[in-house]
Amino acid sequence: MNKTWHPKNEQRNVVLKPIHKVTITDILIWGFLAAVVLAGLFAWARQFFVTGLSATGLNRPVYWGLYITNFVFFIGLAHSGTFISAILRIAGQGWRKPLTRAAEAITLFSLPFGVTSILIDMGRPDRALNIFFFGRFQSPLLWDITAVSLYLFSSVVFFYLSLLPDLALCRDQLTDVPAWQHRMYEILALGWEGNHGQFERLERALDGMAVFMTMLVVTVHTVVSWVFGMTIQPGWHTALIGPFFLLGAIFSGTAAVVIVLAILRKVYHMEETLPVSLFNSLRKLLITFTLGWLYMMIAENMTTSYGNLPDEMRVLGQKTGGDFAIFFWAMWVLVFFVPLLIFIFKGKNNIGWMVTAAILVNIGMWIERFIVIVPTETRPRLLYEITKGVYHPTLTEWVITAALFAGLFLLYAMFTRFFPIIPLWETGESLEVGESRNENAGFLPQQLGDTSGMKGK
Amino acid sequence: MTQWSMVIDLDKCVACQGCSIACRFENNTAPATPEQAAIGRSMFWNEVFPMLDEANDYAQPRYIPRPCMHCENPPCIKVCPVGATYQDEEGIVHQNYARCIGCRLCTVGCPYTVRYFNWTQAEWETPLAEHLNPDRVESSGLLEGPAPRPRGVVEKCTYCIHRLQKARAQAVAEGRDFRADDYVPACVQTCTGKARFFGDLDDPNSTVSQFSKKRRAFRLLEETGAKPKTIYLQEG
Repeated sequence: MNKTWHPKNEQRNVVLKPIHKVTITDILIWGFLAAVVLAGLFAWARQFFVTGLSATGLNRPVYWGLYITNFVFFIGLAHSGTFISAILRIAGQGWRKPLTRAAEAITLFSLPFGVTSILIDMGRPDRALNIFFFGRFQSPLLWDITAVSLYLFSSVVFFYLSLLPDLALCRDQLTDVPAWQHRMYEILALGWEGNHGQFERLERALDGMAVFMTMLVVTVHTVVSWVFGMTIQPGWHTALIGPFFLLGAIFSGTAAVVIVLAILRKVYHMEETLPVSLFNSLRKLLITFTLGWLYMMIAENMTTSYGNLPDEMRVLGQKTGGDFAIFFWAMWVLVFFVPLLIFIFKGKNNIGWMVTAAILVNIGMWIERFIVIVPTETRPRLLYEITKGVYHPTLTEWVITAALFAGLFLLYAMFTRFFPIIPLWETGESLEVGESRNENAGFLPQQLGDTSGMKGK
Repeated sequence: MTQWSMVIDLDKCVACQGCSIACRFENNTAPATPEQAAIGRSMFWNEVFPMLDEANDYAQPRYIPRPCMHCENPPCIKVCPVGATYQDEEGIVHQNYARCIGCRLCTVGCPYTVRYFNWTQAEWETPLAEHLNPDRVESSGLLEGPAPRPRGVVEKCTYCIHRLQKARAQAVAEGRDFRADDYVPACVQTCTGKARFFGDLDDPNSTVSQFSKKRRAFRLLEETGAKPKTIYLQEG
């Protein structure tokens, strides 16, 4: 068998280091997360078999609560990866390369929890297959299922393709890992040899998929919002809900990338692989998104309040001064005021502040999803004074929510211990000495990870 | 084609809630426990809403009974992902308990909040459990009408479709054509003040058709464009 060619990368040892062994700390953290997941599974099993949705605080007219909030949030969080690796790939932003995989992994691992949230929320999850047997494309829910499942499938393919060269590297370099782990690399690497043609085809496939993924990412979160927007309920029925959901999704996703990068950098000592300049680039994006959020917020609420339609104003009143006022104003502080100040005045060259702001943004964005969904339901159009809704989530709902997040963290943490979280081939710098004349070995360095030969800035 | 429609004359309604009770027994609507009711999980296919005037010391209270509107353009049907709720050619909005997946998109889509979700398994205490309405509208993959509902599905007023089926069968058995006045829903039959009328909106000579052209006639939330076929006659 020919020796497989791998792009040279000075960071190879740093990046591969976490894969060599699972530490005691890892086991403890995984154990804790697994315990939370188990608690959630138990709560869900109880809901599924024993209580049904009466275990929740849902009622009439608040038919949707935490579960649907989680659904929207997880799908939103998933927009991180596609944004970083597809949209920035098309835009030729070379700085994205070290963080593509870390971001895509967020996409990959949060999407399944979004899908699960829908199943958890269903009154009859045992009849989920009815959607395939009797599906009606007139229903926004079916648009959702189509878009999200296509997104999940494409993300897996996109992620796996860009993982291939590094899987081959693991296969060839990591000889000291347990046999099963080595066998896993062998199978997953699909006999990758790293010759010129393979890299060229890989780049072509990734470029093509990036265009497709970009269109998909816009579609998915817009369609998610249409489950609400296509009804005629006050507060939901607005054309802005689609773009607003999309912006929020990319906003919280990008903020999540900041958190993940900071953790990886600290825990796996990747200070040189993940330089502060990455955070500075993300900071600029985040400032843009924060201001974009403000723009959307003003556009939506100005239109509603100036128009002053009674049905709409009752919902807005619930947010600004009613039952949800504390969440609404907390959201403003968490998503907008504090993060913007941090990003502008403190964030430059300061990872600690960036992480603080990114965490606040994500908490705030979760609250925003909640604020979009629930207040509308508490003020139905018909006889709102009599049919007013109140919603108090129960312990079951909170436990399941916690389990979903724990599951995301667990999958992510485990992934980083078995696969290189920094794409070594994309960040590779030059050909290996002595192989540059070999037709079968590698590719021209300027093609590496760039689109259409465009050199990234 | 027949278009079933109901007219409720608010001038004649005495707010006895007989319609709610008749409906509950006719359609086996499960009672909610006090705890469930307290958090908004009671079910009334036909609910009578009091509109009390607090400022006026609760004098001159007004009431509005609300069955399903059986809209011409139902927002609930549009959004159902599996076709568990659908409209027949006579304008009745059905709910198939055997197919519903419990996603509750129809319940949040209905501007009249007429749709109810089975949060718990329906239970009746002993004397009640023995007197459930045995009528069923059932075939392969279809379960509608008064049949006790499983947990986790949505249900709503059906204009008593099982009564319609029985009336049709009766007409066939008697060897005559079915007439629109062969059948009325239970709430119409029981109405103390004779405030409710039922019939074919497509027949210009029917009572509902005549009433629907009255100046007093109005429909709830006309601005939503759902075009309800449950029509009200204003007081006064």
